[in-house]
Amino acid sequence: MALSMKIQASSLIAGQRRVRPMSGRRAVVTRAALELKAPPYALDALEPHMSKQTLEFHWGKHHRAYVDNMNKQIAGTPLDGKSLEEVVLASWNGGNPTPVFNNAAQVWNHTFFWESMKPNGGGAPTGKLAEAIARDFGSYDKFKEEFKAAGLTQFGSGWAWLNADKSGKLSISKTPNAVTPVVEGKTPILTVDVWEHAYYIDVQNRRPDYLTTFIEKLINWDVVSERYAAAQK
Amino acid sequence: MAFELPALPYDYGTLEPHVDSQTMLIHHTKHHQAYVNNLNAALDKFPELKDLGLVDINKAVGTTKLPGDVATTIRNNGGGHYNHTFFWKVMTNPSNTNGPSGAVKEAIEAAFGSVDEMKTKFNAAAAGRFGSGWAWLGVKGDGSLAITSTPNQDNPLMASLPDTTAMVPILGLDVWEHAYYLKYQNRRPEYIAAWWNVVNWEQVAANFDAAKTGAVLL
Repeated sequence: MALSMKIQASSLIAGQRRVRPMSGRRAVVTRAALELKAPPYALDALEPHMSKQTLEFHWGKHHRAYVDNMNKQIAGTPLDGKSLEEVVLASWNGGNPTPVFNNAAQVWNHTFFWESMKPNGGGAPTGKLAEAIARDFGSYDKFKEEFKAAGLTQFGSGWAWLNADKSGKLSISKTPNAVTPVVEGKTPILTVDVWEHAYYIDVQNRRPDYLTTFIEKLINWDVVSERYAAAQK
Repeated sequence: MAFELPALPYDYGTLEPHVDSQTMLIHHTKHHQAYVNNLNAALDKFPELKDLGLVDINKAVGTTKLPGDVATTIRNNGGGHYNHTFFWKVMTNPSNTNGPSGAVKEAIEAAFGSVDEMKTKFNAAAAGRFGSGWAWLGVKGDGSLAITSTPNQDNPLMASLPDTTAMVPILGLDVWEHAYYLKYQNRRPEYIAAWWNVVNWEQVAANFDAAKTGAVLL
């Protein structure tokens, strides 16, 4: 009898739950591995702003490798069967990360990144989020400048983030390599990947152009607004 | 005197097919040039630091010799300028490269057992450097050879940094994605394996001979 898996499709942090076989069978428990989640659009859907070729490598190779390597690392360990977010927090280990962290956090970060974008994205945010941006940064233009600056000044590999606290106050941060604001006790609502693999096929060294395109053409402000609302619950 | 982008010791296409010419062009004229420009801008207010020279500027990283407000900029861009200047020279036409010989070969065998075992360790350091950085073969203070990797644009000259294995580099490999992405994409191990075909062992030997006297060739 096949083990059935329950996937919380709507949750970013979903892992696959371990399900025990029906009684009468030998209690062989197979913990299913965490899965590579597909972006919510086709790999060519972000063209011309982010090429299909970039998505094929970035999602199909880099993101996939983080998932595969993480699963290999946690198989048969106490982290096996935990949700992705549990694995990220546990492997962060209070700032002394274990080898699992780089892979697990990158799995999380990349899914968060794909879901931060959409075809025909960009433009200005609206509603409560737009008000908060104006309040906390002065204007949408100032937000764009600050967010771009964070992405530009993250030396080496890393990420730039827009975060919200429980009161709805916004802040921009940047992190190196696999680090994510989640382990810093923050609630991110938007991210941009500034590892060179995120933009090198499309714009090579021109990270400023990549960031401008991301901000103006790719951000999924609907999702960011939803995350913003959720952050205040 | 401002720092300048050194000319490449060969044409952009010389390292083909192992390192492609488009990568060499962008790597040299854009990435390395930017480190030079940023370093010069940072040192504009500190001419006495400029006079230290590139090697000693790198050695000063992590010490109080570097003023607080430019310390990180100098680490990143002084490191980048040294690393890339060093890197171009330890590569050469693939038809030139014959493997180590003489004193450096003996030293490699003494430290690692064999050249192949050294390469295995070096490859692991290069592949295992998460994010951006470099892998290095160098001479430690006690004269022995060692392999290490550094993050971002750090290098083993930066002995005062807490996590650095202090060495005089004799061979180094850039594993920032910009060094290989156009040709190899995510396949960093393939890039590392191909790169051995362009190693300039004569330069490595010269670096080694200087390092044994405590000198850093640039």
